[in-house]
Order: sequence, then C-alpha cells, then structure tokens
Amino acid sequence: MPAEIYLNVAVSGVLTGLVYGLMALGLSVIFGVVRVVNFAHGEMMTIAMYLAVALFSAYKLDPLVMLVPIAAVLFALGYVLQRGLINPFINRPEHSQFMLLVAVALIMVNALLIAFGPDARGVQTSYAFASFALGPLIVDANKAYAGLAAVTVAGGLFAFFRYTLTGKAIRACADNYAGALVVGLDVKRLYALTFAIGSACVGACGSMMVLLVDVTPPLGPTYTLLAFVIVITGGLGSMAGALLGGVLIGLTEAVGGLLFTPSAKSMFTFAILVVVLLFRPQGLLGKRLT
Amino acid sequence: MKPGSHRKARGSEACMTRRRFMGLSAGLAGALTAQPFAIAKAQGAGAPLKVGVLLPRSGVQAGIGQDCQRGVDIAPGILKDLGLPELAIMNADTETNVEVARARAERLIGEGAQLIVGAFDSGQSTAIAQVAEQKGIPYVINIAAAPPITEQGYKFVFRNFPTASMILSDAFANQKEIFAAVGSAPKSVVFMHVNDTYGTSMQKGIDAALSKADMPYKILDTIAYDPAARDLSVEVAKAKATGAEALLLVSRLNDAMLLTRELVKQRWTPMAVLSMGPGWYEDQYLKTLGKLSDGPISFVPWYDPNKPLSKALEAALVKAHPDINLNTNHIYTFEALLIAADAYKRAGSADPKALADAIRATDITDNVSIGPGIRFDAKGQNATLKNAAIQNRGGKLVTVAPKAAANAQPEWPLSPYDKRG
Repeated sequence: MPAEIYLNVAVSGVLTGLVYGLMALGLSVIFGVVRVVNFAHGEMMTIAMYLAVALFSAYKLDPLVMLVPIAAVLFALGYVLQRGLINPFINRPEHSQFMLLVAVALIMVNALLIAFGPDARGVQTSYAFASFALGPLIVDANKAYAGLAAVTVAGGLFAFFRYTLTGKAIRACADNYAGALVVGLDVKRLYALTFAIGSACVGACGSMMVLLVDVTPPLGPTYTLLAFVIVITGGLGSMAGALLGGVLIGLTEAVGGLLFTPSAKSMFTFAILVVVLLFRPQGLLGKRLT
Repeated sequence: MKPGSHRKARGSEACMTRRRFMGLSAGLAGALTAQPFAIAKAQGAGAPLKVGVLLPRSGVQAGIGQDCQRGVDIAPGILKDLGLPELAIMNADTETNVEVARARAERLIGEGAQLIVGAFDSGQSTAIAQVAEQKGIPYVINIAAAPPITEQGYKFVFRNFPTASMILSDAFANQKEIFAAVGSAPKSVVFMHVNDTYGTSMQKGIDAALSKADMPYKILDTIAYDPAARDLSVEVAKAKATGAEALLLVSRLNDAMLLTRELVKQRWTPMAVLSMGPGWYEDQYLKTLGKLSDGPISFVPWYDPNKPLSKALEAALVKAHPDINLNTNHIYTFEALLIAADAYKRAGSADPKALADAIRATDITDNVSIGPGIRFDAKGQNATLKNAAIQNRGGKLVTVAPKAAANAQPEWPLSPYDKRG
C-alpha cells in the first residue's frame, strides 16, 4: 500500500479526533469540577447538531459561522439544567445522579424525535465536497475546518481556565471544595457556570460534527459512550487528557481500519480502553488517586 | 312487610335474574358462535383482506422504506382496475431493526393481519418469516435476497424477488454485455459491501459466481463495512490504494451517498461504479448528489417497460409523485400486494391455509418485473425473475442491459467527478 495512503488516513483520523476531543473536553470539565458525570452529553451534542441543521436549512447559515451562537444556546441550556435540575442532586448518591441524567437524555432523544422525526439530516455547504491537495496529501476540507475550529475552541478554554479570575475560581472549586467555600466563592454559581461551559463545548462540537456526519435523534448515546471512552483513556478530569484521548481514538479508528478491516474500527477504540484500564487506570494524563 | 315477603321478593328477584342471566347467556353464546361465520361470510363476500405491511420507515433504511411505501400507496387504484379485491393495509415500522421487525410482525398478526408483506431487508425479512411460519400466516416478501429465507422448508413464506445468487449471475451476464458494447472492461475491481445479511450473502456467493461467469476482471480486495457507518473515508482510501480500475459494490442508500462523497473528496474517479444492490439508483441519491450522481450502473431486479402493467404503474406513480422515477422499491412492493389480492380472489377466503395454497398456485403473466411472470416453486421462490442494468443519467434512470429491455447505450467510462461543474 502506498505510504501517502497511511499519511492521508492518519491526518484524517487526527482531525476527526480533535473534534472528538473537544466533545470529551466538555465532559471532562464538568466531571473535574462538579463531580457529576453527564450521561446526557451526546444528546446535548445532538441538540446542537439539529440547531445547526435547522439554521442552515432555514437561513443557509454556515455551521462554522453559527458555532458561537449555538455554543451560547447550549451554554444557557447547561446553566439552566444545572441550576434547576442537577444542583439538588450534587450531594446525593451517584446512582441518583446517574438516573437523573439518563432520564434527561431519554427526554432529549424523544423530544428530538417528535420535533424532527427519525430521518437523518445533514448540511450541504458549498465546501461539502471540497478537499485540499498538499503534494500527495489530500485533506478533507470539512475535517480541516472542523479540526481547526476544535483547536481554537480548546485553546480558548485552556486560556479561560488559566488566565481569567472566573476560570481560576472554578479551578479552585475543583481543587478544594471546602477551601473555595472558606474564601467566599459562590460555589453553586460556579458549578452552574462550569456545567454551562461544558455544555457550550459540546454545542460548539455539534456545530462542527454536523459537517462530518448526518444527525439522527438516536445518535446521542453513541457519542456519550465515545466521550466516556475518550475521557477515561485521557484521564477523568484532565482537559489535556481529553484532547489527547480524542486524537488517539480518532487516529486508532482510522489506522486500525486501514490496516485491518474497516468494519471493526470501533473494536480498536475499545481495545485501547481495555489496555489503558489494565496498565494505567487513571488514564494517560490523569492523576493517580491516593 | 309480612314475614316471608322479603324472602319472596328476593326469590322473585333471584328468579328474574336467573332467567335474565340464562337469556343473556344464550344470546351471548349465539352471538359468539355466529360471529366467526359472519366474519367469514363477510370476507367471502368481498370484505377487504387485512394486509400487514412491514417496512423500515425509520432508521438507517428509512429513505428506502418510505420509497417502498409509495408502491403501497399507488396500488389500490391499479388493483381495482384489474378487478382484484380490496386490501385493508395495516402499516408498521421495523425501525431498520431485526428485533423490532419480529415484534411488529407478531403485533400485526395479533391485531388481525391475515397476510404479511415486507420488509425490504434480508435480516428483517428472515425474522418476519420465522414469525409468519410459526403463526401460520402467509408472508409475501417484497424485497430481500438472502437465499436461506426460502431454503427453510417454510409453508407460508413466498418471495417474488431474486436471490443473491440470481442477482449475481444476472449482474455478471449484464456486465459482460456492457463491456462488449463499449469495447472496454476493467481488469481489476475492489469489492465493497455492507456487512448485513444481504451484503454477506452476496459476498459468500461472489467467488462461485465469478468463476462461472468468466469475468475479465479480478477482485483485488474485499472491503466490508457497517451499513450504519457515519464515515467511510478509510474504506474509500483503502479501496483507492489497491489501484483497482473499478468499484464493485453491494450497498444501501446512506452508505452509497457517503461513498460518493468520499470518492469526490479523495479525488478518485474509477472507470466504473458497478452496484449489485440498492442505494445508487434511489431518488434520494439522485436528488441529494445532483450531477455527482450520474454514471453508476446498478445491476438490479427491474421492470419490463414493455409490459402493460408497467405503464399503468409508472402512470400511477407519476400522478402521485411527478418528480420520482419508478424503481425496484415501488415495483416489488406493488407486486407483493398484487400477489396478495390475486390469491385472495382465487381463494375466496381469508383462511391462512387457503390463502397460502392460492399463493402457491399463483400464475400472473400481466405483471411488471422482468421475466415470464409471477409463479412460485416448491420452496416459495419465484425463480423466473430476470435483472437489468440501470444507469443514472441526468437525474433519470435508463436501462442499458439486457439488450431486449434496453432503452439507452451505456455511457462509459465514468466522467471525472472534478469536471462536472
């Protein structure tokens, strides 16, 4: 097989993996701070994808241009969801939180089914069939734009947590809950803000994902599972780990499919998960629990 | 009140109740006994036959399921014109899921369906066939090609659609005819197929069929993929890397569109796209991809444009859906209902065994599909069906082989995707 095929497939896998990484980043941020596992994560991305499809169908608005407004809508949804529904469950047993978020996910899937029906929907942008040729390397324009946008959003998120006061306050909540309360931080508001930021992440990701795949209401659980695999592989609560996990999974799916049989692509994803759980249970960049 | 009067009154009341009870019981028993006769009589006298139509109206195959539904929608008028009895259609959605198909079939039968039609997909049809046979309700398959369905010795299952081996042998014969007509043939192909029941049936049969057909090309690689796949870039990259001159495919609708998108993005225009399944000729494919949909040749069960009923079916479809081309989904779904109505007329009863016997004795020559007509062998298979080669041309479909049914010359090779404007 020619070497450029490996290169093409690897680049494609990395670009897809960056989008996966951004999706998982949202999950990781929420868990890292609020300590709630968002089982409706993929479903929230599906809502964002439908928003992108609806805006494109009605007004021909490019999903990449609508990335920020859609992220803002998901931010608001996440904030309301956390303040209104999840916050009372923060100190309850994990199985209660699990049941709550699974119920939210089911409601979302069925609401989308009622609103949009079961058929697959996608967007046909002017660059839907475009690709860039760089010597022997052919890069899918959609994946390139989506990957670039994912890196930009992730960069913005890292900067927010590192350089802004609110970001630092959120990190303080994650590092030491009691300490954050003692110094007078409004932890409830910061929790809601964190959940909203994680939701905005997944909203931005949905805008990009709709360039790569058609959306159907039952798509959510698949991506929730994928986000879990990525986050566990990268390290639960580690932002850099989520991105790394996403790239690793994207790359493995692509190269594994090329080297072996493409129909077993997802098998490689789970193989990585098993290996990580066996030899580095805290994830690639996760902190070992003491 | 005198002593004993209360007891008398109660006794009188009880006596009345007993009488009323006896009377009511007799009436009820009479009504219950008479009811089946009344139903049977009504059905014998022309009550519509209850036909459960199972199709994948949602899920990955939703586009095709909904297209099959068009064949159901246009059937009543034509059946009436043919002097056939009315059918009461009971619709159900398999959700493109084998287990849902099985459950819906059981439910339809429970709700009174007297005959089942469907279900486009081999896996779903296999599950429905098991239910129909178990319940003793006739099942007419509209579209499903996996050979084992009619190899089980079933007494209530009938298929008016070619098996995978029939499709393969006809496809290779038609391909050779096209190669001879255009004076060119690929020397190598890559075989890509969905890994569902139909796809794997075709994959299992292809080697034997190829050696029999003495084709000019060899298969460099076989690539199986998930019909629900959301990204086929790796599959296309792998196919391209083989250096094959043409693509040989067994696909569905969504994956056919994904594959075409990837061919364009990866800047690969093979000499030909030769499909031996659905997807590439569907209206949704033609409309979604526009100019990029031109060129693929599908080797599929088709209709004989010279048969009078084909013209009637085409006219009915044009009237109902002016912008949709008549295709396999409409033809074979309609013919399944034609078989049901014809058998009901001859059986004169909705009794499942009588209906099954009538279907077994079917001999319809005024039909739509290519071949001498509709008749079933001992296994319940119509083994006389013939396929055609269809090419996409400007949003329309033309028949390019066999010569007897052709209405156009094949355009060869595939025009480059990047030069289509």
